[in-house]
Amino acid sequence: MPGDEVIDECITRYREAPGGLLPLLHAIQDELGHIPPGALPTIAEAMRCSRAELHGVISFYHDFRTVPGGRHRLQICRAEACQAMGGRELEAHARSSLGIDFGETTADGAVSLEAVYCLGNCACSPSVCLDDAVYARVDPGRLDQLLATLHEADAR
Amino acid sequence: MNLRVYVPRDTTALALGADAVADAVRHWAAKRGGAVELVRNGSRGMFWLEPLVEVERDGGRLAFGPVGAGEVPALLASLSADPAGHPRYLGPVAEISWLRDQRRETFARAGVGDPLSLTHYRSLGGFAGLERALAMSPGAIVEEVTASGLRGRGGAAFPAGIKWRTVLEASAPQKYIVCNADEGDSGTFADRLLMEADPYQLVEGMIIAGLAVGADRGYIYLRSEYPRAREVLDQALARASAGGYLGEDIRGSGRAFHLEVRLGAGAYICGEETALLESLEGRRGTVRVKPPLPAVAGLFGQPTVINNVLTLAAATTVLARGADFYRALGSGRSRGTLPLQLAGNVLRGGLVELPFGISLREVVETFGGGTRSGRPLRAIQVGGPLGAYLPESRWDTPLDYEAFAAIGAMLGHGGVVMFDDTVDMAAQARFAMAFCAVESCGKCTPCRIGSTRGVEVIDRIIAGDAPGENRVLLRDLCDTLEQGSLCAMGGLTPLPVRSALEAFPGDFD
Repeated sequence: MPGDEVIDECITRYREAPGGLLPLLHAIQDELGHIPPGALPTIAEAMRCSRAELHGVISFYHDFRTVPGGRHRLQICRAEACQAMGGRELEAHARSSLGIDFGETTADGAVSLEAVYCLGNCACSPSVCLDDAVYARVDPGRLDQLLATLHEADAR
Repeated sequence: MNLRVYVPRDTTALALGADAVADAVRHWAAKRGGAVELVRNGSRGMFWLEPLVEVERDGGRLAFGPVGAGEVPALLASLSADPAGHPRYLGPVAEISWLRDQRRETFARAGVGDPLSLTHYRSLGGFAGLERALAMSPGAIVEEVTASGLRGRGGAAFPAGIKWRTVLEASAPQKYIVCNADEGDSGTFADRLLMEADPYQLVEGMIIAGLAVGADRGYIYLRSEYPRAREVLDQALARASAGGYLGEDIRGSGRAFHLEVRLGAGAYICGEETALLESLEGRRGTVRVKPPLPAVAGLFGQPTVINNVLTLAAATTVLARGADFYRALGSGRSRGTLPLQLAGNVLRGGLVELPFGISLREVVETFGGGTRSGRPLRAIQVGGPLGAYLPESRWDTPLDYEAFAAIGAMLGHGGVVMFDDTVDMAAQARFAMAFCAVESCGKCTPCRIGSTRGVEVIDRIIAGDAPGENRVLLRDLCDTLEQGSLCAMGGLTPLPVRSALEAFPGDFD
């Protein structure tokens, strides 16, 4: 299976680390973009837990995903400081302009939309995070610009 | 003219275009054949002025902000002629009243220089607390922290010295220091700012805690939403190790301390200390029953000091300046300084560090300058998503743990989120329940199920469906959450809900 080698390397790195399961899952997801369901038995055995426990851990944390996401990840902050500066309108705009809800990926595979509760940028709200870069004071127009830049980059 | 230019590399500064500003500075310098030294400092926390560019000359530092990349050439050119004539000129940075009128202790070094330079850290008093601690007995360090009156800055305000003493007195093969850097409250960014701008202060505080209780291993549990802080911490830990501050032999003392950063995975509940420990052990972040306290049986069942970033950081001040110095600041039983974070609809948002005791109104008016929208301020949520919404009649409350508890509110981690008069408080109350439903760990039924029922009941009130009965039901539900939950998630979600209902009843009609 593609990714097997990567998973084995990650397991080697974290198998003996105390409480190494979260770092292991992060490492696999960083490399592969998601945690392949087919790898769960291998991970569970290596980390000496049951598959049910492993599923419990993966599904508990918002960060982990077992299906591939889009080419880009757009996180919109839904918490109070952003709400105070028009965050709800920004959420609604993102959902309608992308045509998807939180937790979904656009049909062309370009963008996954995710909810996030605080990016620690609350003095300059509303905030979004696009592929690990945080943007401040984002209104619907600014979000459109950011998304347009993505499409240009993908076209090249 | 040899010029030193500072452009912050902090999350908020970057989110406002600081990298483009730094590129413009480099470009301008290259065209002139160098002679400009660019320093990527941390932020001073004056976020409304970011990107804040500082220029050092004649020993002083002039500030300009907020600066766009396109403004850089004219700004740098103005220096030799008339800097004060530049539209972004703010004067000497130390004279900016917003900064000058604070009492910066924990954040004194933030934004001054390169956060990763050990030399810079030492030159501004860094490691003075550690040096003193290395010459003291564990009991004497704990006594110093106890005498300072320092209380946990994460929100629970538990006396740090008592926690440390419990761990010191426990006997176990291994003890741990865990830093709670899972700063999930909306409207808070003090931990992030400290880790990005002055990471060695946290490292120093954790080593001191280790020396105090006899722990030689520590973990920083950092939320994954802070990638920039991760970068800075990773480099800081590597440099601190190379500099002899971490590892088997701290600065030739023969004492050991090993420190590692561990990443959370997007679960708000992991900011609760026992859920955090579960997560660190590689499990679902569900809350543990207390007792046993983490100080007795914490990480991997061993005695563990678990403190917030700011608590551990403040321990460096206590050790460097002494308990009396720290204790002299503050009011009532709230000693020292409180790093407040002005957020949301605020004109001049950022980090404001002051001794406890000043009124909320004074902070939001003097420092915050009112709302960014220019509309009247209507509600302030203090203490994150589990904090109360305060109407104007409460704004004269002094910022002090007990004074806030007395009005049914809490200071929490010091987040201050401002809302103008367009806010719909019924929607805010509904969000508090919805957030609890999303982030509850699921262990306690009132929190797991009650939060969802809470959203439904609020929806019925808003829709005018038997509003009187449903208001009673909502209050009952809040009582059940409060009484029947193990931790603050379920226990305090009623705070924002009830306060919205009580202070802004019209919004629910």
